[in-house]
Parts: sequence; structure tokens; C-alpha cells
Amino acid sequence: MADLSIEFAGIKSPNPFWLASAPPANTGDQVMRAFDAGWGGAVWKTLGDPIVNTSSRFGGIDYGPMKMMGLNNIELITDRPLEVNLREIREVKKRYPNHAVIASLMTQTKEDWKVLIRRVEDAGCDGLELNFGCPHGMCERGMGSSVGQEPRLAEEITSWAREYAKTPVLVKLTANTGDIVEIAEAVVRGGAHGLSLINTIKSIIGVDLDRLVPLPRVGNAATNGGYCGPAVKPIALQMVAALAREKSIGVPISGIGGIGDWRDAAEFIALGSTSVQVCTAVMHYGFRIVRDMIDGLSSYLDAQGMKSVNELRGRAVGAYKEWGDLDLNYQVVAAIDSQTCIGCQLCVVACNDGAHQCIFTGREEKARPTHAHTVGLAKPPSPFPIGAIAGDRVPWVDEPECVGCNLCQLVCPVTGCITMREVPSDSVDSWNDRVRDGRDRIPGGIHE
Amino acid sequence: MSSSVNGSDLFELARDRDELAIADKKPLFSRNEAVSEALRCLYCVDAPCIKACPTEIDIPTFIRRIGTGDVSGSALTIFAQNTLGASCARICPVEVLCEGSCVYTGWHRDPIKIGRLQRFATETAALPASALPRTGAKRAKHVALIGAGAASLACAAELVLHGHKATIFEKKKFGGGLNTSSIAPYKLHADDALAEVAWIAEMGVELHFGVAFGKELRGEELLSEYDAVFIGVGLGEDSRLGIPGEDGKGVVGAVEWIEQMKLASSPKRALGAVVVIGGGNTAIDAARECAQLGGDVTLVYRRGLEAMSAYAHEVEAARKDGVTIAVDQTPRRFVHDASGNLSGVAFAQTGAPSETIFPAQLAIVAIGQSKVRGIAEQFPGVEVNARGSIVADPKTGVTGNDRVFAGGDSVNGGKEVVNAVAAGRDAARALIARWAGATQLALAI
Repeated sequence: MADLSIEFAGIKSPNPFWLASAPPANTGDQVMRAFDAGWGGAVWKTLGDPIVNTSSRFGGIDYGPMKMMGLNNIELITDRPLEVNLREIREVKKRYPNHAVIASLMTQTKEDWKVLIRRVEDAGCDGLELNFGCPHGMCERGMGSSVGQEPRLAEEITSWAREYAKTPVLVKLTANTGDIVEIAEAVVRGGAHGLSLINTIKSIIGVDLDRLVPLPRVGNAATNGGYCGPAVKPIALQMVAALAREKSIGVPISGIGGIGDWRDAAEFIALGSTSVQVCTAVMHYGFRIVRDMIDGLSSYLDAQGMKSVNELRGRAVGAYKEWGDLDLNYQVVAAIDSQTCIGCQLCVVACNDGAHQCIFTGREEKARPTHAHTVGLAKPPSPFPIGAIAGDRVPWVDEPECVGCNLCQLVCPVTGCITMREVPSDSVDSWNDRVRDGRDRIPGGIHE
Repeated sequence: MSSSVNGSDLFELARDRDELAIADKKPLFSRNEAVSEALRCLYCVDAPCIKACPTEIDIPTFIRRIGTGDVSGSALTIFAQNTLGASCARICPVEVLCEGSCVYTGWHRDPIKIGRLQRFATETAALPASALPRTGAKRAKHVALIGAGAASLACAAELVLHGHKATIFEKKKFGGGLNTSSIAPYKLHADDALAEVAWIAEMGVELHFGVAFGKELRGEELLSEYDAVFIGVGLGEDSRLGIPGEDGKGVVGAVEWIEQMKLASSPKRALGAVVVIGGGNTAIDAARECAQLGGDVTLVYRRGLEAMSAYAHEVEAARKDGVTIAVDQTPRRFVHDASGNLSGVAFAQTGAPSETIFPAQLAIVAIGQSKVRGIAEQFPGVEVNARGSIVADPKTGVTGNDRVFAGGDSVNGGKEVVNAVAAGRDAARALIARWAGATQLALAI
């Protein structure tokens, strides 16, 4: 069984799975139950000056029968007295000395940071995470994402923390920024030992159409909240990868955003994360989900012949390129397996209305759309593909017209029914190659 | 001739009728159940379920509208093709129609519960008749319809929604035809069927009950007073075996027995041993209903199981209800005791001389229904085929007389209610198109 233990900027953890700073890491009781369930670390719910919360606080967005594809919250940092949190941190570290406990912090003046850092480190935390990411409530008070959107400010506050901290300093970044690399470079200049991203995304989760008030509703009003959950994963993956491939960063990354199972975790690790942090999935299903994450990641690493999770880290970063580097000669075409096709024809409508008009039904030749690459008629295959389940409702692909966009495969409800078959090509040609050779140009660009 | 009434005013259902002892097998979905089932639907393109529906309801669309919370829109989608969508939702053999063709079925997954979703939409939306969209006709025509069953109701509803007038003449005291008098109670009770008739009356359809065609009402009269006639009379009396004892006590035709069970006041006597003779869906219905009412039921069919015309899923359900099925038995005679009460039915193994007597206090003969005679000859040009069915164009329902249309069981020999709805509606659409064309032509001149 592969070794899952990690060391993150000097912080040791039995596995890369940490609770994110959020409601699941609000109390010592929760954190200890999470550690019992198998979590390797926890970033404590952000500590700072006392706040008062609203009721209600959360809003969800469903997709079809699936609940909470995305979650939005307007809860602020901890509403419990600092002394209580510190006592519980001390208790947790005493009982779980080998687990990672990181204190998330948010405060204002340099003096405030100094006091807060001293107190949490006295309580025994293994590291600090500066919350420069929260996009609701706290930012209106000049904290959270309002810091994370100002590189100069973020750099300065990070340097204050470095000045006082004895433990590693992580900085949690907001996704509400034009250039994630710019802000990351700033906090690294300020001395950050590690980066956590992404925090939640500024959002309105929906509107109550009866009252005409946005959600989640607090009386007859609402405010923007922070969006998280499975829906934000692609945004987080890109930002993590963008930092992982940037030579100027060079500090470990704790990946956050829509992680709910071992696959999600493996993807974040392959794109450069050392640890991963989870919130929404725990809020939905509880601490128990970590079992799947531990066992699933171990099995995957074993199957890949990797002895440690560290071998997986960053392995997909090199393949994350600019568009201009992609091979324009690479070609795939859709292939529909007539034996497993159920005849729903969702691929037909997706291709014809939403993509490139190359999937048809029926046995007759079809006129190709006027913008087709190749003129003439699309000819049904012979013999016509009669399906085991769908009979002659099985659609067919006009292969010369297929651009290999994947849409049909994405909408097909039958896993494995539509595959994208690779068409061999004997040369490689990218946009950048074309520009370099003068076969193409970038309008208005420096090559003009 | 009685005055115009709506479907439920005139006819008083017995409060102690037997059908009330039988509960819905597929109760109304809750909103949660309906939405979660609706969200399973793949929203197929050129969907097979639509093609399997005789009325071609746009099923994926009405299901999607349940999923988005637009239940009224869902119901309107259904009624656009089938004004009797509420009853069809409950009585259609969905296993062999829409649900049978659902792509999930072929995939060995549970099909979308289309029937129950349709019931949810139509029943939960509870649209007033005035909510159905209407178009006006340039010149309103008036159609007389004979029989107040599904075919005529669908035809009349379609006509009035397109600005024409429709007057239905029904021999019985109630409307709805078999929906009211014959559908198994675990699918639909008579009061719900009558409510649907009342709803169609609210659309502006005029209904006259207790009018026997051929006596109070003559074909030539209708042809002179109305612009067109629609024949939707269904089938006639239960067919008879023609064996000894059939006229004695305790022997009854299936359609007659079911109508009594559904509509009439019941003395609540124990059913005892019941023999149902026949192998079709009506036989199965009668057998299941007797079993559900506490009878000790044997269904006896003269040929093998594979030759039964009843749906396989219904035969299976009858077994689950406790019905014993005996095959290859030909009925010979009904046996009565000294006081004239039925004691059994004698059968011979098919092809063998010896007799077996099946004990029975009630024998139900379910071997089909006769054809309604004497309608066609009242209209010049209308023909009847060798099987006694009215000859009509399958697409438009037009008969040999271009002002006389027909549809439903009297044309197809006895199919599902949804087939009758499709036929009635299509006849109306043919008339609407004809008259719209004529108007345009007149304007052109």
C-alpha cells in the first residue's frame, strides 16, 4: 500500500486530506471526530475578532436529481470566543500529536496580527493560514478577499506574519482576481511558505421567485456569498495548475475547490497540490467520506506503481500548455457502439444544434450543411448499424465531417457507448509553429 | 329529449357501490416523487415513447415541465394532444405503450413512470376547462356525436376548442362510456370518470343522455340538422356462449357485471366461488376485481396460456391477486341446483369428451362483445365490414358518407381507450381542416 504521508513546508501530516477552514472545522469536537474518521489535518475555522452571524447562511444549487452541485455561504469567521478555540486547539494537539492542525487567521492591524499569531502558536498549532480569500462580509471590513485582491497589501501583511511566526505561514488566496499568479507572487515575496487555493467565489446562488429576493434570504434581503462545491472544481484546478507551473512561485500548494472523492484529490495532486482541503463534501456527507479518499488514492497509486503520493504530485503539470502549443494535426472522430446504444439520440440533437452537424439518423443520404468542410452528401454506413437495444434508432457519424469535439460523448448517457477514435497523423503542427514559420499571424500582435 | 347537462349532474352514483372497496394501485405521486422521477427522464430526441402513444403526446416535454416546476404547462402539453389525458394516464396499458418503449426499458432499467407522471400533471394542475387554449373558426359548424364514450368526447372537445359546436347524444344515463362503467377500479373510479365528462361539458360540449339512437333520434334527422355526424358508439352487449343454463341465475356477461360493480348499489353479499370464462383483458379485469372483492376466482380459458389475448403483465397481476388460471377447457353447460341457483360450470378438456365441474356461485362470461347493429344503415353510404365494424378511414375517420365520421371500438373492433381518443380527435381535426380549407376557398372566390 502506497505511503500517503506528506510534509507541507515542514508540517507533517499522515495523509494529504485536510479539512478546510470552514464549518466542519469549527470546534475541537468536530476536528477530533474528523481525525478519528481518518482526516490527516484540519485548518481551523478562521480566528479573529468576534463577529455576529446571520440566519440563514447557506444556499445550494441542484443539478437534476443531484443536490448541492454548488453551495454558497454568507457565514463569517468563528463566532466563538478566541479563548475557547485556543483551549480546544491545545486539547486536539495533545490528543493527536501526529495530525496537522493549522490555524486560519484574519485580523487587521500589525499589532493584532502579532498578538493573534503568538496566541495560536502558544496553543500548539503546526502552522498558520492567512485568510486573504473570504469574499463576503469580512471583505467589507477591509479583510479577506479585499486583501487578496491587492498584491501590495497582501505582500505586506504576509511579511508581518513572517516577522512574528515561528511556524510555517500559508496564505489562502481568493479566486476573485484577474491574475492568480500576480497575487501569488506577491505573497511569496512577502515570505509565504505555502499557498492555499481557492477560497470561495463571490456569488448569488439564486433568487426566490415568489418573494423576488436573492438567496440565501435573511428576512427580506440577501447579500452575495462565497460559492464552492463540485461546480467550482474546474476553476480551482486551473488556478492551482497555473501556480504549479510558474517557476517564480516554488512553494507548496494546498488545493481547494469541489474535492469530494479520491479522484478529485488525485487530480489536484497531479496538478501540483501537496495537500488538499475539503469542505462542501463533508458538509453534505460527513467526515466518513475520507475513507474512500484514503483507500481510493492508495489503490490508484498502487495501480500506477507509485510508492508514495509524493510521486504523483505535479505529474500532469507539464502537460498543461498554452493553446498555441497544441498539435493542430491531432484528430479524433466519434464512434458509436451500436450494440450498447439505447437510441435516445441526444448525441444527434447535441451535434446538430450545438456542435458541428455530423451525426444523423435514418438510412438515407443527408445533405451536408452549407458550411461543411467537405461538400456533397453524408452517406450512411453500409451495412447500416442495427443496434442490440435500439434497433435502427442507432445514429451514425459522417466521419469526414466530424471535428472530434467530444460533445456527443459528453451527452451520451451510456458510459462507453461513444468513443473518440484517434485518426493517425504523421506530423505535428501547432499554432505557434505556424506563426513562427510565417504560415499564420497573430492579428494586432507583436508578430504583425 | 333531455336538456343539456354536464356529465355528473344527471347521474347519481350509488354510495355503496362495490368498486369503492378497491383502492388505487398507483396512487397520485407527491410533488417530490413526481419531480425526482421527472428528472430521471433523458429527454430523448424523436422519442420512442411519443411514437408508442396513439395520441402522440409530447411526453419528454410534459415530463421536463414537471421537472422545472411548471405543472400547468405540463398539463397543457398533455391536453394539446389528448383532452382525456387525465383518464388515459390512469388506464392506459403503459407497459405495452409509452413505458414499454422507453429507452430505459431496452437498457434493462426501470422505465420512466410516464403514466403516473401524466396523472400527477393533469390532476395536480387541476386546470379549469377555460384554461385550454382555443382558436376561433371563421364560420362555426355543428357536429352531432352518437355515444358519449372516449371517442366522441375527444372529438367534441377538439371541435369546441377550435370554435365549432358539438352535441353528444348518449343512450345511457351517464357519459364517459367504458371509462365510467368498465375500467378496473384500482385504475379509475367512476366518479373520476364522470368528473372528466363534466370538465369536457364545461368546455362547451353539449350532452344529452337517455337518447336512444334509431328511436328518438334518426340518422336523416341528424344529417339535416347538423353539418356532420360522428359515430362513437363503441361495442354492444356481452357475447353469449350459447350453451345450456346460460339464462339461469348466477350467469352474467362481464361488461354487465363490471358495470353493476362500478355503478350500482351493492347488497354486499360474499362472492364465494367465481368462474370467469374467457382469455382477454376484460376477462382478466373481471377476475381480478372478483378476487379483490374477496371471491375465490378461477379464470377458465378454452385454449392455452400463450393464446390468451390478455396482456402478459395483467395475467401475472391476476395471479398475484390470487386468481387461479385453468386453460384448455371448453365450457359445456351451467349447472344449477334444485332451487335454481348456480352451483357450477361444466367444462370439457379441449378435445376430450369427459366433463369437469368447476363449482361456482357466480359465472362471468367474458368472451367479447357484440357489435352495435343498425347504426350504419341509417346513414347512406356508410358501410360495415364482415366483422360488423364500421368502415372508416384510419387517419380521418371519414366513412363512405363524407359527412359521417366514425371512430373508436365501433370501427377498430375493440381497442384501448387511448385509441378511441386518437380516433375521435383525428376525426375532429379532419373536419376542422376541411372547414378551414373551405373557408379559405370561399374567401378566394
